[in-house]
Amino acid sequence: MKQFEILGKKDTRSGFGEGLLEIGRQNPDVVALCADLTGSLKMDAFLKEFPDRFFQAGIAEANMIGMAAGMTIGGKIPYTGTFANFSTGRVYDQIRQSVAYSQKNVKICASHAGLTLGEDGATHQILEDIGMMRMLPHMTVIVPCDFNQTKQATMAIADHKGPVYLRFGRPVVPIFIQPDAKFTIGKADILIEGTDVTIIACGHLVWKSIEAAQQLAEQGISAEVINMHTIKPLDEKAILDSVGKTKCVVTAEEHMLNGGLGDAVAQVLSRHMPLPQEYVGVNDTFGESGTPDELMVKYGLDTPNIVEAVKKVLKRK
Amino acid sequence: MEIQQLQAIASQVRRDIVRMVSGANSGHPGGSLGCADFLTVLYFEMMKHNPDHFSMDGKEEDLFFLSNGHISPVWYSVLARAGYFPIDELATFRKLNARLQGHPSTDKKIPGVRMASGSLGQGLSNAIGAALTKKLNNDNRTVYTLHGDGELQEGQIWEAAMYAAANKVDNLIATIDYNGRQIDGDVEDVLSLGDLSGKWQAFGWEVLEMDGHSYPDLIETLNKAKSMTGNGKPIVIIMKTEMGQGVDYMVGSHKWHGVAPNVEQLQEALIQLEETLGDY
Repeated sequence: MKQFEILGKKDTRSGFGEGLLEIGRQNPDVVALCADLTGSLKMDAFLKEFPDRFFQAGIAEANMIGMAAGMTIGGKIPYTGTFANFSTGRVYDQIRQSVAYSQKNVKICASHAGLTLGEDGATHQILEDIGMMRMLPHMTVIVPCDFNQTKQATMAIADHKGPVYLRFGRPVVPIFIQPDAKFTIGKADILIEGTDVTIIACGHLVWKSIEAAQQLAEQGISAEVINMHTIKPLDEKAILDSVGKTKCVVTAEEHMLNGGLGDAVAQVLSRHMPLPQEYVGVNDTFGESGTPDELMVKYGLDTPNIVEAVKKVLKRK
Repeated sequence: MEIQQLQAIASQVRRDIVRMVSGANSGHPGGSLGCADFLTVLYFEMMKHNPDHFSMDGKEEDLFFLSNGHISPVWYSVLARAGYFPIDELATFRKLNARLQGHPSTDKKIPGVRMASGSLGQGLSNAIGAALTKKLNNDNRTVYTLHGDGELQEGQIWEAAMYAAANKVDNLIATIDYNGRQIDGDVEDVLSLGDLSGKWQAFGWEVLEMDGHSYPDLIETLNKAKSMTGNGKPIVIIMKTEMGQGVDYMVGSHKWHGVAPNVEQLQEALIQLEETLGDY
C-alpha cells in the first residue's frame, strides 16, 4: 500500500493566505474583500503587498458579497474572506441572487468550517455550508484537504470563470500533498488504490481516511482512498470506476450527513450503481465548545469511526 | 434632447408599461409609471452608454443598477426604446422562455442588464462594487442606482451606505423613488423611514431632492449630482414621485403596486397616454 509522508503540519487557512498572495502577484485583476477577519483568514500578506486591491468591508457580510458581485463588472476577480458560517448561511440570499443567479466571477473563501473551529461553539461551527452551496446552480464547491492543496486550489480558481465556494479550516493538520502537485477542479485524487472498499473523503477527513486505510491494511482489508476535493462538479467517473471495483463505499466529511459529500455520492450510486454505502459525518445535530480533537471524537469524525464504518459496509456487500 | 422629446418618449414608455403588465396579466405598474420620467431622462439625456454594443463590463460607460427589480417594466421599455433590444420583445414580458423575466436577470443574457435584482436591498452594494472597479480601472464614468423607498427597510442598504461614505465612493449617484407607498400600504404606516434626508446625511452622503415628474428639475438635479461626483462623497437623490403617475385611477394608491389592469382598465389607461413612437 502506498505510504504517505507527512511533509509538515499547518492550517489550511494558511494555504489560502499564501495562495491568495501568490495569485495576486500573478494576476493583477485579483482583488480581496474581508469582513473584519483579516488575521484569521491569513489575508494580511495580501493586504500588505496590495493595499489598493484589498477592501475591508467591516462586519457587514451582505454588503461584502454584494460589492464583490459588482466588482466583477469591469473584469476584477474578487476573493471574499470570512468564516464559513458568515460566508454562506448569513448571506445565502445575496450569494443566490447577486453571485450564483447573476453568474458572477466571485470566489467565496470560507475558513473555520465545521467542528474544528473548536471552542467558539455551535454558533460558529457551520456544518450545512456544503449543502447550501452545492444546491446553487452555477456554483463550484471545493474542499481541499491540506495546506498545499488549499494553496493550489486558491490559485486554480482564479482561472475558472464563475462562482466558486472554497472551504477550509482552522486547525493545524498534516501536510501530505506535494507542493508541486497539479490541482484540477472536478478531478478526484486517487490517493491509495485498493480492492475491498472505497473511502471517499474531503477536507480534514482525508488524512483520517489515509490513517484508517493503513489500519485496515494491517487487518488485511484493502481500502481505496479518494480525495474528493471538488464536491461540485462531482467526479462521477472516479466514483463509479472505484466502487465498480470494490462494490461498497464509505464517505467521510466534516459536515452534516444531510446535503454533504455523502449525499452527493449516494445520488451518483443510486442512479448508476446501487451498492452499500456507510456515512461518516454529523447526524442532524449542532456542535458545541471543545478542542477540535475532542469534538471530532465526540461527533464521530475520527479515524476509528471510518474503520468502523468500513467494517459495517463490508458486511453488507 | 429637448424636454418635449423626452416627454414624448416617457409617454410611450408608460403605454409600454401598462400594455406589458396587462399582456402578462401580472407585474408592477404603479412604481414603473412613477419612475418613467426619471429613467427616460437618465437613459436619453444623462448617461453615456452603448445600446448597440452591450458589454457586461461596460468600460468607459456610465452604468445603471435597478435595485427595486419589480419595476422591471419601465426599465425594459426604456432599454428597448434606447435600442438595447427590439421593441417587439416587450410583448414577451413574463412569458415562458422570454429574456424579459418578471424581475431583471442576466440568466438569459438580455442586453442592458448586468445584475439580477428582485430580492430587495442588494443593488447599492452591487453598484458600490462596480464603482470601486471603475476606480481601479481609472475609468471616470459614473454608476447610477435606483431604489424603492420601502426597500430602504432592508438592513443591507445601510451596510452599503456606511461603506460608501467611509470609503469615499464618490463616483456613485443613488436615487430613491420616494412615492411613500409599499405593498401593505403607506411606508409611514408599515415602517416609517423617519427623517430620511437626515439619515443619509448622518451616514455621510451628499443629499439632493427632486421632483421626479418635473423635467427641468430632473435634468438640473441630475446634472448637479453629476457635478458633485469626485468630491469624496457618494450622492443620493430623494426623488418625490407619485405611484401610478400618468394613469388617473392608479395615481397615489398602493393598490396598483403589483396588480395588472384588465382589458377595460387598459383601454382607460391608454386613452390617457399618447402613442408617440408607435406601440410594439
